[in-house]
Formats: sequence, structure tokens, C-alpha cells
Amino acid sequence: MLLDYSSSLHYLLALLPEAVLAAFAMWVLLAGVSRRRSGGLGKETGWLALAGLLVAGVANGWLYSGVAEGGTAAMIAVDRLRLFANWVFILGAGFAIVVALPYVARQKLQAGEYYSLVLFATVGMMVMAASRDLMLIFLGLELMSIAVYALAGYNRRDRRSAEAGLKYFLLGAFASAFLLFGIALLYGAAGSTNLHAISEALSAGAAVESLLGPGLALLTIGLAFKVSAVPFHMWTPDVYEGAPTPATAFMAAAVKAGAFVVLLRIFATGLGTLHAEWSGILWWVSALTMVFGNLVALVQSSVKRMLAYSSIAHGGYLLVAIVAANETAAAGLLFYLLVYTVMTIAAFAVVVTVANQGEGGNRMEDYQGLGTRRPVLSICMTVVLLALAGFPGTAGFIAKYHLLLGAAEASLWTLAVILALTTVVSYWYYLRVAWYMWMRDPPAEGRPTDYVITPFGTRVALVVSVALLVLAGIFPGAALEMAENSIRGIMYLAAPQAGAAGP
Amino acid sequence: MLAPAIYLSAALFAIGTLGVIVRRNAIIIFLCIELQLNAVNLAFVALSRHVGIEGQIYVFFVMTVAAAEAAVGLAIIISIFRHYETVNVDKFNVLKW
Repeated sequence: MLLDYSSSLHYLLALLPEAVLAAFAMWVLLAGVSRRRSGGLGKETGWLALAGLLVAGVANGWLYSGVAEGGTAAMIAVDRLRLFANWVFILGAGFAIVVALPYVARQKLQAGEYYSLVLFATVGMMVMAASRDLMLIFLGLELMSIAVYALAGYNRRDRRSAEAGLKYFLLGAFASAFLLFGIALLYGAAGSTNLHAISEALSAGAAVESLLGPGLALLTIGLAFKVSAVPFHMWTPDVYEGAPTPATAFMAAAVKAGAFVVLLRIFATGLGTLHAEWSGILWWVSALTMVFGNLVALVQSSVKRMLAYSSIAHGGYLLVAIVAANETAAAGLLFYLLVYTVMTIAAFAVVVTVANQGEGGNRMEDYQGLGTRRPVLSICMTVVLLALAGFPGTAGFIAKYHLLLGAAEASLWTLAVILALTTVVSYWYYLRVAWYMWMRDPPAEGRPTDYVITPFGTRVALVVSVALLVLAGIFPGAALEMAENSIRGIMYLAAPQAGAAGP
Repeated sequence: MLAPAIYLSAALFAIGTLGVIVRRNAIIIFLCIELQLNAVNLAFVALSRHVGIEGQIYVFFVMTVAAAEAAVGLAIIISIFRHYETVNVDKFNVLKW
């Protein structure tokens, strides 16, 4: 079926997954209000939210399986990049909700609003990924961010959660202002906010140079905040540590994936012709992010905070693909996002479980002897940690390998070496958790490990994630092919000169 | 007329940025962010004289987003005030900044 935007119904069809999910988000909100009156725990609203994600997934599958758009300039993109990204967001949100179910009930958080905020944030990510217009990207980004500010500060009884909410809100809004000013200047420079039109104005040399430079710089700063790249990462560890753990899982996985898809869309399509200008800056940002994220993760004593720094480090690896800006790297980036979402949420699912659906047991010592007491949980955590570190045989290895291939194709040798070396460093802090679990004796009676109970939903989510990580590590073909198909034809790059980026 | 308007908007944006960096009161910081957004609005309106009418429409989007952000932001500030009885961001130190 070919979409024809002269009929307004076709706009709705092009936005079907977003529309369905937004409707479900409002339904969940209303269901939450009416349930609270009858005094339930609100698990039904969580299941309703999962049903919404399922329906949105079906709508996305319908778009994926045979709907085509005319041209590549319309404001709403119906391309494989967006639809692949939507799978990642739906998967991430689904896992995040399953992990949140027991936590929200145990902490007596308001369930309807929680799941509704997760769905609204997912709609925001989908709008971002679907958009070929900077202004629409901004609206999607804000829809996502505002919902996630509220999620970070969701546990009002916990002062750390309130603090995380405030820090995220102030710095996030600050970053949005930079992004928006960058958009305004690019609008003035290129005469449009449409990425396709910007790309054509740039190739024709019709852009106003005096506005272009500052606009590009401000846009880059705004996006670097959102993907928590060094030196704009200061908020990340605090916010990830303070927020309720299921919300942290959602932030670290899906929100970061959304920001990277937008980064790819903006830099590879709209600003592709300026590759020589922006790649030098992003080269440094990427290198600093990898080195800093990994080094600081080494000295953390809280597993939750360690995973926050690990997520910064993964952002650095992903930036390598943006700098390389070729199809191999971009396909690697999409595959990496899929794998990263699964393994991050799985890691946080174990953190929630070991802390017994609370915030108390996040220290390394709380994992002592978990291997003898809870062997299955520990095996799952070990596989997930190995995948995060990029151990051969797991999907994390394949993902990193493809980023390296992309970097090699763009002759970014220094960056590839930094990626490989920092990965080696990362083994230390990931395996330290495994060492605590398997090599240390269980602590004396009455310590938290004895009471670790894995809820049924979390068990299913963990087993599915571990199976996905191992399967995609041994047979990556299908997912990789999907990622490669998603990238084909979206890049408008001027051929990047070999070694032009960075020293 | 374009250049003076852009310089004014850049100046307002810089004042807002500086305010976010040097002020310690959460509400003042938030006001400075609003100042930045209004600087962007000024830039959009000024540029739309040269580029096209969309710029003026974007201003409405930005105002709507700013209003939504204010609603959530002030709620978060109230919720943290209940814990600390202050809105000075230097006092919020349970998490390492």
C-alpha cells in the first residue's frame, strides 16, 4: 500500500503505532484513577499497558510489512529505520513494565500514572524516530523527556528520587533550550527545518554560513546532553542512582536508544554533507566518553551506579558509529541498540530483584555468595554482564564487532583502538560483580541475599533476555540483516574522506 | 533588521545560560531556562520574516512545550521542597552532584 498524503486519513495510518499507543496511554491513566477508588494494587493497569504495546507492535508490523511512502522528504518518515527503532522502543518499554510490576506494587507507587508515563515516553521516542523535521523531533523529544522527568522523581516518599527528578529536570530542560536554539539557527541558515530540505540547501551551498556554525554547535551540545556524552554527562550517575530502579532501566535503555536514533537521523541524513565539520568534535566526545565512562565505573561500590557509568561508556561506543557515518557502522549501531536495550534492562532487573523491589541492597557486598543461594538468577546475571562486556558468544560481542568494522571502514583507527582497549578495561568492573556472586562466601545469617525472591514476571523477562542475548550471539544473521535493510538508502552522505576525522 | 534581532536573542540566551550556571535557587534556575526558551522564540519570529511563516507557528509549539515543562518542573520542585524545606540546589546532596 502506498501512502498518499493528500488524504488526511493516510497521515493517521503513517502514525498508526504512535496513535494507538497514545490512546492506550490515556486509557491506562483513566483505568489507574478508577482502580485506585476500588483499592487495587494496580497490576491490571500494567497488563493493560503491555497490551497497548502489543497492539502498537502489531500496527508497527503492518507498516513494516508492506506500506510504502512516496519520496523521502515527507515530515513523517515511513522507513525501515523508524520501524526498526520502534521495535527496540516497544521491546524496551515492555521489559521495563514487566520489571516494574512487582516494584510498583511493593513500593505502593501510583500504578496507573506510572505505566501511563512509560507509554507516553515511548510515544515520544517513536515520534522522534519517525520525524524528518527538526521541530517535530523537538516535540517528540520533549514528550519523552517530560514523561521521564516525572518517572525519575516518581517515588515522592524517597528523597533521593525527588533529588534525581529535580536534577534531571533542570539539566534536561537546559539541554532542550540549547537544542531548540540550535534548531532555530539552522532554520534561519537553511531556510527550513525539514532534514531533506536542509540537506539540499547545504549541498547547493545556499546556507547562511554565519548562522550554520553556531546552530550546528548548539544542536550538538543539546543532543550530547541527551545521550549523556562526556563532558555533558554530569547528571547521569546521580539521576540513574536516585530514580526508582525500573525507571532507571527504562531511562538507560529505551531513552538512550531514542536519542541515538535521532542523532543518527539528524547527522547522517540532514547534516551528512557537513560530515567534515562535525565529525572532528564528535571524535573527541566519543573518545572522552569511552575513556571516562569506563575508568570511573572501575571505582564504583554500588552496582546501580556502576551500571550508570557503564551506560555512559556504551554511549561512547555508539558515538563511534555516528562519527564513522557509513552504512556498516549505522547498521551496527541499530543492532547494538537492540542488544543494548535487552542487556541493560536485564541487568537492572537483577538489581531490582537483589534489592528486593526496593533501593536498599545495591552495594557490591549485597551480591556476595548469590551464586550458591540463587544459582539461576546468578547465571542470568553473569551472562548479561558478559554480554555488556562484549564477551565472544554473546550478542554484545557481535554488536561491538560491527561497530569496529564500521570504524575500520572509515579508517578511524585510533577510535577503534580506544574502543577495544576500553572494552578490555570494562571486563574488570563487570566481572567484579560476577566474582562477588560466585567466589565469595555467602554472608552470615540474616543478610539480604537469603531473602531474594524473583517474581514470576521478572523470571520470564530474564530468561527471555538471556536466550535472546545468547541466540543473537551465535546466530546474529536475521537481526543483523534487518538492521542492514533498515539503513539502506537513508544516508545522504558526501563520501567522507579517509582519516579526515580527528588526529 | 535581522542581525540586531538575532544579536538580542543571542544575548538573552547567554544571560539565561549564565543564570543557570551561577544561580543556586531552583526556581530562579528554572526562570533562566524559560528566558532561554523565550530567546529562541524571538529568534524564530525574527527569522520568519526572511524565511517563511513556519517560524511564527513554531513559537506556539515552543510556548506549549514550555508550559508543559513548567507544570512538571514546578511539581518536582514542590516534591523536593517537602523533603528539604529549601530550594537551594547546593543543599540537595544525598546523591553526589
